[in-house]
Amino acid sequence: MAGCKPQTEPAQADKKIKIAIDPISRIEGHLKAEVEVAGGRVVDAHITGGMYRGFEQILIGRDPRDATQITQRICGVCPTAHATASALALDDAFGVELTDNGRIARNLILGANYLQSHILHFYHLAALDYVNGPDTAPFVPRYTQNDVRLPKELNDVAVGQYLEALEIRKILHEMVALLGGKMPHVQGIVVGGSTEIPTREALNAYAERFKKVKKFVLEKYIPLVYLLAGPYGDLLKTGVGHKNMVSWGVFPLDNNGNTLLKSGVYTDGKDYEVNPAMIREFVKYSWFEDSTTGLNPTQGKTLPDPNKRGAYSFIKSPRYNGKPHEGGPLARMWATNPALSKTGREKLGVTHLRDIGDACFSILGRHVARAEETALVAMAVEEWLSQAQPGKETFVPADIPQSAEGLGMTEAPRGALLHYIDIKDRKIANYQVTSATIWNANPRDDMGQRGPIEEALIGVPVPDAANPVNVGRLIRSFDP
Amino acid sequence: MKDKQVLPDVQPEKTGISRRNFLKTLTGTAAGIGISQMFNPALIQALEKGLQRHPVIWIQGQGCTGCSVSLLNSVDPSIADILLKVISLQFHPTVGVAEGENAMKHVYDVANEYNGRFSLVIEGAIPVAHNGKYCILGEIEHREITMTGLVQELGPMASSILAIGTCATYGGIPAAKGNVTGATGVMAFLKTKNITTPVVNIPGCPPHPDWIVGSIVHLLESGIPELDYDGRPKLFFGNNIHDNCPRLEDYDEAFMSMSLSDPMGCRMDVGCKGPDTYADCYKRKWNSGMNWCVDNAVCIGCVEPGFPDAMSPFYEPAY
Repeated sequence: MAGCKPQTEPAQADKKIKIAIDPISRIEGHLKAEVEVAGGRVVDAHITGGMYRGFEQILIGRDPRDATQITQRICGVCPTAHATASALALDDAFGVELTDNGRIARNLILGANYLQSHILHFYHLAALDYVNGPDTAPFVPRYTQNDVRLPKELNDVAVGQYLEALEIRKILHEMVALLGGKMPHVQGIVVGGSTEIPTREALNAYAERFKKVKKFVLEKYIPLVYLLAGPYGDLLKTGVGHKNMVSWGVFPLDNNGNTLLKSGVYTDGKDYEVNPAMIREFVKYSWFEDSTTGLNPTQGKTLPDPNKRGAYSFIKSPRYNGKPHEGGPLARMWATNPALSKTGREKLGVTHLRDIGDACFSILGRHVARAEETALVAMAVEEWLSQAQPGKETFVPADIPQSAEGLGMTEAPRGALLHYIDIKDRKIANYQVTSATIWNANPRDDMGQRGPIEEALIGVPVPDAANPVNVGRLIRSFDP
Repeated sequence: MKDKQVLPDVQPEKTGISRRNFLKTLTGTAAGIGISQMFNPALIQALEKGLQRHPVIWIQGQGCTGCSVSLLNSVDPSIADILLKVISLQFHPTVGVAEGENAMKHVYDVANEYNGRFSLVIEGAIPVAHNGKYCILGEIEHREITMTGLVQELGPMASSILAIGTCATYGGIPAAKGNVTGATGVMAFLKTKNITTPVVNIPGCPPHPDWIVGSIVHLLESGIPELDYDGRPKLFFGNNIHDNCPRLEDYDEAFMSMSLSDPMGCRMDVGCKGPDTYADCYKRKWNSGMNWCVDNAVCIGCVEPGFPDAMSPFYEPAY
């Protein structure tokens, strides 16, 4: 049993043990981790994405406007992000500029889903690495030694919040639906803006629900994340990774490219502006045709080769300036460096995210960044609510161009998201998606560099090979 | 298949709810109110008293997890009640705590222990190309377990199979024109393997949580619901959206929406596929009754076997 039984006797400094965990549960999609452990720590890692659907092929030949609907179905947790990326690519290709109300309506739809996704991720996917649920399915079976360190009272509080968070995330989907039609998979985000002109009633209904959400985020979610840092303080010191970050920026504040969460690249300790031409996708270790390696997404080809020798994943390996980069809340918050929440300032004794320093690049650091981002987006949602104008146009009609290209760069809750469309004869000639999990969960590239999760696993403690709890904790800290 | 009633561990009289009353409950819905609201409290109490929780193994093929996320939006019974009182969710890749070999072995343990008495829920399409290589679910002792392999193994052991979402029912987007993975819906796949376990199709991209919960509860209460030609419960998929649309009057008067953001008029000129679509969204609405596709934009026919190809282009009239 690769999953949980050591193949050799307890760890010795020079003895390597291989552990395979498949499936990695409580993520969206299909992922496998294979780690080598020596001396109680991970010394090497391979991450496998085990599923391929072929969206790129399926989109070819379709009406370009259908892309916002089709691509949402890539991810049922963050469909609004794919709708947004797709709509941005189409806006670009169609040459359409949004109305202020259209931009704000899109932000309100995506914003509510951001909050939903982060809350769902923390409580319903990640928290069960730190908290014991009730002793009944689906909370059992679990690792026999699962390293849950909370005292009973705190564990009970967390389980209570798990249940309350189910209600809160449902309310957030109601908010998405008020402007987006339904959720998962909204109708409301289209090329040219948003389909539903907000009424005063809809905005009031949104605002009324938002109050409960805000209270939960500030009074429950954020404090609980900081509370975990007590018993799990060592998890602020492990799971570092490459320390390279990409953020394309998200939530436009105007039509000039200013965004709430900033765009930026952080490579080897230096900050850079984003230049999409620096992105290349490598496939030497991916089940895609070798001839397609090293392409920029605007030249991209996605041709599967599921029996390719030496490959071990359906995920391509995107690199920025030739180097692996991590995406997600930490990357965005690092680029933005906002003031921390009141709880964060009190607990950490610092004022801004970058003041936290190296502890950010860790298992718990990523959860802190996600929680802080939730508070930041919540504040912005409140602002957009006050800016939204009932009855004002949200949609600008535009004709399908005979031929055009479009690039849509935004941020899914789990990281940098890029859609590229090439239109010929008013149909889709090429469509490429470089999604968040592609940035984080990729295999080695042609140069032999590990993907970000693979690299972040190096050094993670696995004292007990039968219960490799920290491997799952690290992987889920990326929200793949 | 319709004749084959499946009553896993359960007799209707145990719950004190007659089939007739139950059906009345299911269908007697007002606009904007999820019918699952009417399940409570009587049904939940009945289930609590009369039943052991019904074992469910939920597996995901080529999907997006949107069906599972939609189920989380169930109003009443809430998802917490469903998980803790109605079903015993023994395996679910997104919700379950177990991972790795622990999780996969547990799947087989449960299937063996409850052989013939558990429901298999399938979300996502089944890719048959390259021996199922396009969807790997896990491994046991270095044996790779694919979606095709697991459905083949568990399918005959289950008392019933619920195919949830349009990918699982009819192939959906993974099976659309251009696909290279051999993506297939559940019934089509089972037929090729001569597996005769009864299947309930609950399509939708995603399905409404009431359709999922309602079908599960119907299964527990009174067996397989009456199905239409496409294997869907008539209860939820029996009526045409256009014929029942609150905007039908507009259509009759040729009062048509002029653009996607035009709040007034029938949506057919901007692409609505309501006339080709059978589902009760027009009265049930979505997300606790907040909204629905036709009031927001257009119906894209996501519950139909031909979705997406037969409904595409989404923003051009069907006629």
